[in-house]
Amino acid sequence: MIPAIVVFIYLAIILYVGIFAFRRGNNTSEDFFLAGRSLGPWVFLLTVFGTNMTAFAILGSSGLAYQRGIGVYGLMASSSGLVIPLCLLFIGTKLWSVGKKHGHMTQVQYFRDRWECNGTGTVIFSLTALMMIPYIVIGIMGGGQTLEALSGGLVPYWFGGGLVALVVMSYVFFGGMRGVAWVNAFQTVMFLLFGGVAFFLIARNLGGFDKIVAEMMANPAQAPLLTRQRISPEEFFSYTFIPLSAIMFPHMAIMCMTAKSVLSFKKTVVWYPVCIMLIWLPSVFLGVIAAHQFPGLRMGESDDVLLRMLSDNTNVILAGVLGAAIMACVMATDSQIMALSTMFTTDVVSHYGGEKVSEQRRIWAGRAFAVLFTVIGYAVALMLQDIKSIFDLAIRFGFSGFASLAPIMLAALYWKRSTKWGALAATLWVATGTGFLWWLHEHSALIAPKPGQAAVPVFESLGNLFLRTPSGVTIHGYMPVMFLCLGSVLFMVAFSLMTKPPRREVIDRYFNS
Amino acid sequence: MKAFALAALTAAFYVLHQDVWNWRDTTPLLFGFLPIGLAYHAGYSLCAAGIMAVLVKHAWPKGLDPDEVHGEHAGNPNEKQP
Repeated sequence: MIPAIVVFIYLAIILYVGIFAFRRGNNTSEDFFLAGRSLGPWVFLLTVFGTNMTAFAILGSSGLAYQRGIGVYGLMASSSGLVIPLCLLFIGTKLWSVGKKHGHMTQVQYFRDRWECNGTGTVIFSLTALMMIPYIVIGIMGGGQTLEALSGGLVPYWFGGGLVALVVMSYVFFGGMRGVAWVNAFQTVMFLLFGGVAFFLIARNLGGFDKIVAEMMANPAQAPLLTRQRISPEEFFSYTFIPLSAIMFPHMAIMCMTAKSVLSFKKTVVWYPVCIMLIWLPSVFLGVIAAHQFPGLRMGESDDVLLRMLSDNTNVILAGVLGAAIMACVMATDSQIMALSTMFTTDVVSHYGGEKVSEQRRIWAGRAFAVLFTVIGYAVALMLQDIKSIFDLAIRFGFSGFASLAPIMLAALYWKRSTKWGALAATLWVATGTGFLWWLHEHSALIAPKPGQAAVPVFESLGNLFLRTPSGVTIHGYMPVMFLCLGSVLFMVAFSLMTKPPRREVIDRYFNS
Repeated sequence: MKAFALAALTAAFYVLHQDVWNWRDTTPLLFGFLPIGLAYHAGYSLCAAGIMAVLVKHAWPKGLDPDEVHGEHAGNPNEKQP
């Protein structure tokens, strides 16, 4: 129970941090939704990084490493350490710039103005909002499950999830984006500090990692986990498309507009790969080591191996502190709730309400949406707890969907000739393609091989076109996200060239001013 | 020429992510416990920070901030430039 008490204390601290941010606000909508575009370099780095560190990233990476080995680091972390900073450097800074020059707060607001499109903006809004909802549900579910695990079952799932939802909702409600940013920065520092301490304590308690690794190398069932044998080169290559999703996540795009200066991006771009290494390297390595400590866990069961390693190999206080740090990642749902509230207020209420909607009404609309989404998220997390795997799956497809929308953002920022029809065609391609792949995944669920086994064709008549692997469906061995992205580029280019170019005044406004 | 060199550097670095030569090897173990495949990618992350530092210095997008010209970065969007 002691670790759970430490987590309660931690929740009280971040609640205070979030609400303290409320006192620094100046009661304008830009201050509530974008922290007044005032985040300095270090807070910006920690916030952007913390926003991207979700339960899926931390618990999911160690759980996946347990099943598939050390290659998970290269698959997810080192590729992100290259692609995400590049996106921030060449897309994030541009977004910041157009946001500042034209007063935009969301991607859709920018697209609507850039391409003079109402309907296409609404389609992009609907797709991105729909793909965001599972992240909020999973965040609340993760909070309930983590507290239940840390307390040894004494804190029930419904209470833990409710408490996490209440804390997040409170500091989003009062502190707005500034509250979210400060809490994320605090959480990232905490994870970086205590994660390293835990890593060394676990090593000491196990008698040194060298001994464990030597034993695993001698065990034919575990030795492949120390190599990349359970990941194909095609999957490894095509997975590098997934980090493109970072710049299309509404919470990341909105976060880009909160920087005080474009120079705030410099530290973030340079230090992002280092931060990724500091958090992911221990997570993946401990996930692999866990296969030696707790052999025989199935997919899904291995998601909490990091928590098991902590509780079995550190003292109760540190397990609590680390549990709190893991909670911090689980609670990345705060920036997602904030982003959805900003989107609904800006892209729906303000867009359709026009000048009639005052500053104060916008802020209260944002707060009302924050409450609404949290309550819905909690209700869904309670009612559909048994089918959590559906939300896990939705998140996995969400990553592919957001990554495949990245060419739209790139075209808007860099290609003058791009048109709303190109954007609409690319968006519809992503929506239908993602839907089809989900169907294919479900259709082939019964023939899915186990980790370490060879992929099997989904349709015998189509040969190796669609192959079912332990984790999902591939196209000729490559992850579908690669084809979704390339298709998105193709549709964007083809339909833009086939349709009337944007007006000269619009081009001048965005490219020649 | 400079832009081409930086693009080539980034592309070459991206290719180095696909280290097929480490695929089935566990050894040598860095620090006695870190498999070579994992150690390589940890090093890759550190090198990525170095590449980013080079890009930030030599490929920083220009003309993004109206205040940049004046050496101010306060960033209040409601303040119009004179």
